[in-house]
Amino acid sequence: MYGVNASDRHSCSWLVSQMQFMLLFSRQGKLRLQKWYVPLSDKEKKKITRELVQTVLARKPKMCSFLEWRDLKIVYKRYASLYFCCAIEDQDNELITLEIIHRYVELLDKYFGSVCELDIIFNFEKAYFILDEFLLGGEAQETSKKNVLKAIEQADLLQEVRRLCFLKAFRGQKHFAEQYS
Amino acid sequence: MALKIVKGSIDRMFDKNLQDLVRGIRNHKEDEAKYISTCIDEIKQELKQDNIAVKANAVCKLTYLQMLGYDVSWAAFNIVEVMSSSKFTYKRIGYLAASQCFHEGTDVIMLTTNQIRKDLSSPNQYDTGVALTGLSCFVTPDLARDLANDIMTLMSHTKPYIRKKAVLIMYKVFLKYPESLRPAFPRLKEKLEDPDPGVQSAAVNVICELARRNPKNYLSLAPLFFKLMTSSTNNWVLIKIIKLFGALTPLEPRLGKKLIEPLTNLIHSTSAMSLLYECVNTVIAVLISLSSGMPNHSASIQLCVQKLRILIEDSDQNLKYLGLLAMSKILKTHPKSVQSHKDLILQCLDDKDESIRLRALDLLYGMVSKKNLMEIVKKLMLHVDKAEGTTYRDELLTKIIDICSQSNFQYITNFEWYISILVELTRLEGTRHGHLIASQMLDVAIRVKAIRGFAVAQMATLLDNAHLLTGNTQRNGICEVLYAAAWICGEFSEHLEDPMQTLEAMLRPKVATLPGHIQAVYVQNAAKLFATVLRKHDGETESQAAQETSQLLIDRLPLFVQSANLEVQERASCILQLVKYIQKLQQKNVEVAEEVTALFAGELNPVAPKAQKKVPIPEGLDLDAWINEPPSGSESEDEKPKAVFAKEEPKHSRSRHTEVDEKELARRREVRKQEQASNPFYIKASPSSQKVYDAPGVEHIPVVQIDLSVPLKVPGMPMSDQYLKLEEERRQKEKAERKKKEKKKKREKRGKERKADSGPESEEDITPAHQVDIVTEEMPENALPSDDDDKDPNDPHKALDIDLDKYVPHCRHLQFIHVLHIVMCRNEFFSKTEIYDFRRIQKKMLCSIETRLNQLSWFPVQKSSKHKKKKQKKEKEEKEKKKKKRHHHHHQHHGDAGGEDSVQNGTVEEEEPLPVSQSHSVSLKREVKVYDIQGNHQDESKVVVSVIFENKSDSFLKAMEFNVLDSLNSKLQRPEGAGAHDSLTVPFQLPPGVSNEARFVFSVQSIVMPQKLKGTLTFIVKSDESSTHEKLDFKLHFTCTSYLITTPCYSDAYAKLLESGDLKGSSLRLEGINMPFHHLLARICFHHHFSVVERIDSCASMYSRSIQGHHVCLLVKTSDQTVSIDAKCDEPSLLGNVLDEIKQTFSKC
Repeated sequence: MYGVNASDRHSCSWLVSQMQFMLLFSRQGKLRLQKWYVPLSDKEKKKITRELVQTVLARKPKMCSFLEWRDLKIVYKRYASLYFCCAIEDQDNELITLEIIHRYVELLDKYFGSVCELDIIFNFEKAYFILDEFLLGGEAQETSKKNVLKAIEQADLLQEVRRLCFLKAFRGQKHFAEQYS
Repeated sequence: MALKIVKGSIDRMFDKNLQDLVRGIRNHKEDEAKYISTCIDEIKQELKQDNIAVKANAVCKLTYLQMLGYDVSWAAFNIVEVMSSSKFTYKRIGYLAASQCFHEGTDVIMLTTNQIRKDLSSPNQYDTGVALTGLSCFVTPDLARDLANDIMTLMSHTKPYIRKKAVLIMYKVFLKYPESLRPAFPRLKEKLEDPDPGVQSAAVNVICELARRNPKNYLSLAPLFFKLMTSSTNNWVLIKIIKLFGALTPLEPRLGKKLIEPLTNLIHSTSAMSLLYECVNTVIAVLISLSSGMPNHSASIQLCVQKLRILIEDSDQNLKYLGLLAMSKILKTHPKSVQSHKDLILQCLDDKDESIRLRALDLLYGMVSKKNLMEIVKKLMLHVDKAEGTTYRDELLTKIIDICSQSNFQYITNFEWYISILVELTRLEGTRHGHLIASQMLDVAIRVKAIRGFAVAQMATLLDNAHLLTGNTQRNGICEVLYAAAWICGEFSEHLEDPMQTLEAMLRPKVATLPGHIQAVYVQNAAKLFATVLRKHDGETESQAAQETSQLLIDRLPLFVQSANLEVQERASCILQLVKYIQKLQQKNVEVAEEVTALFAGELNPVAPKAQKKVPIPEGLDLDAWINEPPSGSESEDEKPKAVFAKEEPKHSRSRHTEVDEKELARRREVRKQEQASNPFYIKASPSSQKVYDAPGVEHIPVVQIDLSVPLKVPGMPMSDQYLKLEEERRQKEKAERKKKEKKKKREKRGKERKADSGPESEEDITPAHQVDIVTEEMPENALPSDDDDKDPNDPHKALDIDLDKYVPHCRHLQFIHVLHIVMCRNEFFSKTEIYDFRRIQKKMLCSIETRLNQLSWFPVQKSSKHKKKKQKKEKEEKEKKKKKRHHHHHQHHGDAGGEDSVQNGTVEEEEPLPVSQSHSVSLKREVKVYDIQGNHQDESKVVVSVIFENKSDSFLKAMEFNVLDSLNSKLQRPEGAGAHDSLTVPFQLPPGVSNEARFVFSVQSIVMPQKLKGTLTFIVKSDESSTHEKLDFKLHFTCTSYLITTPCYSDAYAKLLESGDLKGSSLRLEGINMPFHHLLARICFHHHFSVVERIDSCASMYSRSIQGHHVCLLVKTSDQTVSIDAKCDEPSLLGNVLDEIKQTFSKC
């Protein structure tokens, strides 16, 4: 009679895959990156984000990195001014999730060279690309840091070559335009 | 044209890039929303430009804004445009945007199928990678179905980078399209032994995830995984495999025994905490699933507990937390091994981290025994006093009650002690759990008869000191205990020493400030007490005391008669009248005691919580049938069952009439007001009675802390600590007595005796302080045993419960073919362009008709899957079929019942049963290869038709042969040397429920007219007992649209083309189209292979080209649901047919 509302607890039970989502947010509660590995409507995403940011920010610094939330487990860790927060399912391993977070931070660090929050704000698409090379559909796809970075660098190279071509063409045209203006 | 590009580039210089946007947002902290709305306007302008670089930049900015919480769904189509850019830079941005913004409801997703397929087969691995990554985020059931084969092919890509992504994404595909699991599984299994460790680990991941959901289908893989586990050194993979074994062992106990050894080895050897934790968890799970009485595993449990102790003792909060978590799992099956670490757990109660304290509390719940219960609870009571913050204190309170009341008060040896604990807990101010304490008090008092005397005395004191509890009643949930106290005192009033005093306490004016439902109980039980008092003074003539009591009631009850609470009012006025009547009788010296007592005669028995549910429904009673026809106005909420402690105020239960319309409400309000005005007894409800006690905001209210130095000792109340001491003394005494007895009896066994003395007391030695008779809860007769099914019917994993080792379950057979995709390839513009004629709507229609047919007819009737465009024809056929079915009705019955003779009965004359010649196992390997044929066609008069064969029957289909009756214009390409009427062998077989795609090349001469080709498919149906040869007719429909290829065209080239005057015009008007213009365009682009050249407001020019180089130009305008299409083409009959087809597309929506 006084138990927890059962329907509420099972509202998320259709969620699938190992990691449900990953959120990066600042100490001020500003979202810096979000990756959802489960299909949810924007409204739900916003609700979950708001709730979790509030819950995690309210925790005291010395508290452990895990909390139970709805029927998921939340694993979070703070690096400098950023909180990295993941949701996993009941049977999943919290420690390996912490390792995944840490690995991602290391990757960001290697890529940007001692990464800071501003790097992620201004190059948020890069942060996503790195995450996508590291995790796919909520599963770690590559456990070697070297391989992830190699893939990113090569893809970037592909992008840069094309961008350079474009810039060259662009500059040429600019001169061209100046001549006639 | 050149100038235009230059202009675009110059414009671009003034565009904001992402960095500018971010900077801008940071500089406009005060008016962020306003700034962003101007940015969005700019982005909208940028998206209108032709320059893809500008568009990509805009989409990139939108992705950022989406993260900030702005709605960007309006730009979905632009995202698709950027995705389909040929440049990786833009494609990457497009896919990122799509993966962030798209979800299953996004309608443009269906436009992406071809683009994604193209990217998947791109020679550049990063194009493929980006497409796979994106797909993993927004895959829909449609995409999964259409792309499953492509992704499956990628699982054997030469590059491990692609392979591992393809393998991982297969899991998502399975979830969305479960039918793909069976054909894909063999290849997935192969990947377990891939040379690349990344691919291998991806395959392990996917299979483990699958197996975790439906373990029984994957038991056969156990040896393979066992090998992997003992050989792998990758911790990530090991953790997955170990998790998988955890899921498998409950199904196969032998596996568990085999696992223990390697797992314990890992526990000993590994330094990775995550792996250690996983191993410990799995060992626990394995041991739980093995039969519990296996003594040889106690070593493993000891090892786990030891390791967990190390985790708990660690300074790392995370390890401590997980250690406690895992410990609680061991506790369930091996409580003894955990109990020895009680000290450690109790220590954790002092941890500064609340989540760790809560975990420790959970553990304590399982650690109590008869022996240590009092001690543990004492420790917890200390924590209750110390606890800061109501939440944790409330948690402690519930835990104390949980611990004590678990398994029917199993561990309580002294109920006096428990009652006094409960009474002590009532001194907690601001707790929300007053009702919990109250229900415990009631439970104990009702069920433990021996304790009633004591309980009643305690409750009487509690009532007497009620003012202490209700210091500020309004926000104090604890006053709920008064409900219990009043009821207990009333119901068991024969145990009261001084009922008169209690009665007086219950009728104090202060009571009127309590919540309504408590007052109601007070009033009712005052009557019970009254009866007791009367009986006490029974026989005394002209008893002063009895008359005084009556007078007391008559004096005090009017206060309650005026109560705002209906329940209180009703009860009070009833009882008041009763007492008045009794008083009259008393004055006449009539004996009334016996009759009054009779009002409350009989024992109340506890009823099991589920009793009501388990009452069997009498025969012939339909609970769902209406007794009276329901009123037309629907009531929004069902009436909630009333809780014992009425939580809802009367106002609440009234609110279910809210559906009544405004007018009616106003009318009623008026009537009520008048009634109230004329009713002298009406008193406005005070706001206090509206309080809802478990309001979520309660914990934020500052609560006065209990001052420890001045213990709140209610006079006359015992302290539970005394009981602890008493209990110890009692046990000592008992022990001593027992010792004496034993000494007398067994002098010879002295040695052993000493041992027993020094060792811990065993459970059985402790005898309860009272002879306690715990009344069990009543259940109705014939109660039905029911196990509650907790399974979630919406669980997507249910669909993946496919037995992969089984092929042919039954002999029922019905087969259908979908000839749906007409694919055209041409190498003129692009190396590999495919344009699919996805007549999606038609397809869905056909599918649904076919499934219906499937259910209706027993026979593989030939006409059933002919592809005719008109639905009516289909329906006609369906009717025919029904008739046919009726003809053969008795056959069907035969088939259903027997199964053996069904084949003879069910087949049509020309088919003969054939002997089995091939084994099943070949089929799966073959079917995937079909996909590599694409792209071989360089001739402009060739068309590739891809056909999806889906086996909807329960039988195995093989030796399929595909043949088409050639027309003059279109011919099926047959291998050299084959005759003009020879059929082509379909290069695969189909197990039940599987679909696969085959492609056939046709040569076409004229493309200006649509065409239909007749064809037949012959195949062998193999069921358990026999094989039969069967035939299926179909029609291939080549629309003119299917000869068109999406070709981009620049606006100046387009203008030139129109000016040239070579084109003939035609036009079309469509009425009643109410879809947004961009949807309309998207539809034309998608269904008819056009591309937008230019769009200005509600007007757009579009272009497409046929495989033979005809130009088709459209000018689409829309105003008020009317769409006019002016078209030009160098081949008028082609144009006419294309327009007809466009018309048809829109007539369907």
